[in-house]
Amino acid sequence: MLLMKIREIAEILDARVVCGEESIDRDINCGFASDLMSDVLTLDSEHLALITGLANMQVVRTAEMADVNCIVFVRNKIVSPEMREVAAENDMVLLECKYSMFNTIGMLFQAGLQPVY
Amino acid sequence: MEFNYEVEGGNFAKAGNAASSVKKVLKQLNVDPKVIKRVVVALYEGEVNVVAHAYKGNIMVDIDTARIFIRIQDEGPGIPDIDLAMTVGYSTASAMVREMGFGAGMGLPNMKRNADSLKLSSKVGEGTIVELTTNLSK
Ligand SMILES: Nc1ncnc2c1ncn2[C@@H]1O[C@H](COP(=O)(O)OP(=O)(O)O)[C@@H](O)[C@H]1O
Ligand SMILES: [Mg+2]
Repeated sequence: MLLMKIREIAEILDARVVCGEESIDRDINCGFASDLMSDVLTLDSEHLALITGLANMQVVRTAEMADVNCIVFVRNKIVSPEMREVAAENDMVLLECKYSMFNTIGMLFQAGLQPVY
Repeated sequence: MEFNYEVEGGNFAKAGNAASSVKKVLKQLNVDPKVIKRVVVALYEGEVNVVAHAYKGNIMVDIDTARIFIRIQDEGPGIPDIDLAMTVGYSTASAMVREMGFGAGMGLPNMKRNADSLKLSSKVGEGTIVELTTNLSK
């Protein structure tokens, strides 16, 4: 299976690392894109990157419960200081990127990031 | 070991605080990470339901060596048809709840899937009680 480092994801997407800079050399197995947190809560993949256009505390809480430690926020969505605080507590890496959901996923897929299913 | 948490209806900023705290406790007790995930995912969906659908609630978590028992009790509108509420895709959630990333009618089914047993009882106009049990014995 092709692994991708969070660092590579950030480079491909020209993304800003807004939390967890020290952990960007971690490997990611696969990606999952959703704005529906209940969907994310059904997954049992490990080392997953969540790609979402939703930017609120529930995204970070969902990631905490689902053991997701990398979140990519698309469409210029801004991470709040409260979100960053909870993410840091849980050892997560948060990325902000300017591309649309479609564009973001396309670039990651083309670079070889695997889907969950 | 018993823990209690209050939940405020409508307060999405705090939704997940109880589940987060329970996760920390279970980690400290060295519970299998796979079991922790099942427990906290179910609890979190239940906590979000109180925030999304009720006025206020209380979460009681009781842990012993054999099992983790969770009771989520709320004062709220109650659930008129429990079988319907358990159906994937059934939801009465508001636009605000959907903006938070919930409201797809998957919460109760997610809870049932993750717990070893789920008991749901409700009185319309009074409130709802959800009881989740997760076995720890190997
Ligand atoms: N604690 C509760 N109090 C009142 N109604 C509830 C409660 N929990 C669930 N429900 C009802 O059951 C439906 C389905 O719940 P759920 O599967 O969690 O989906 P969702 O919360 O996304 O709507 C809700 O839309 C709501 O009508
Ligand atoms: Mg729900």
